[in-house]
Amino acid sequence: MSEALFKALADATRRAILDELTDRNDQTLFEICTRLAMKHGLGSSRQAISQHLAVLEEAGLVTTRREGRYKYHHLDTTPLRSIVERWPTE
Amino acid sequence: MLTINVTAVYVDDQAKALAFYTDVLGFVKKTDVPAGGARWLTVVSPAHPDGVELLLEPTGHPAAKVYKEALVADGIPFTSFAVEDVQAEYERLSAAGVEFTQKPTDLGPVVTAVFDDTCGNLIQIAAEKG
Repeated sequence: MSEALFKALADATRRAILDELTDRNDQTLFEICTRLAMKHGLGSSRQAISQHLAVLEEAGLVTTRREGRYKYHHLDTTPLRSIVERWPTE
Repeated sequence: MLTINVTAVYVDDQAKALAFYTDVLGFVKKTDVPAGGARWLTVVSPAHPDGVELLLEPTGHPAAKVYKEALVADGIPFTSFAVEDVQAEYERLSAAGVEFTQKPTDLGPVVTAVFDDTCGNLIQIAAEKG
């Protein structure tokens, strides 16, 4: 799990996805792609963004939810706690 | 010289689409004539009655249905309409029961939102920032 987590965080596009999901949670793939293109100047293809989302999902940072015919991506930062618990400052 | 006078959205049901695009969105009916088993049915913006017409075209071809469902699953709008104020339209349409898959979003030069037209499509509304 921790390998998947650090791998997921080690990419600027995936970190930008996490930033945008922090701005507003539960986004469609279209909204994520639009935000990356318009706000971050990232010209990645939809397929590439889908693959980034799959990596984030594998790390437990993103979950997907089907609501009727739509699919939303949800940010879950719970796995990040394992980082501070591994290297406590006290 | 060629002129763009009509653009189309594929709708699951023309009667339902006419009601939504006029009663809810606020377009007005321009042309409604029988065409084969369906109708040549168009609406226009009341602000531009002689402007580009929107053809409410039946989703007749099986491939069109698959295409529409794939777009909706990924949240991709079929087309986009210009509005003065995205937030105001979001509030007006939400109050009328319209479901949004993307709330008003500030993207820098433009604000956009995406809603479900109840006819099998997502539609984007967009306003350029002055």
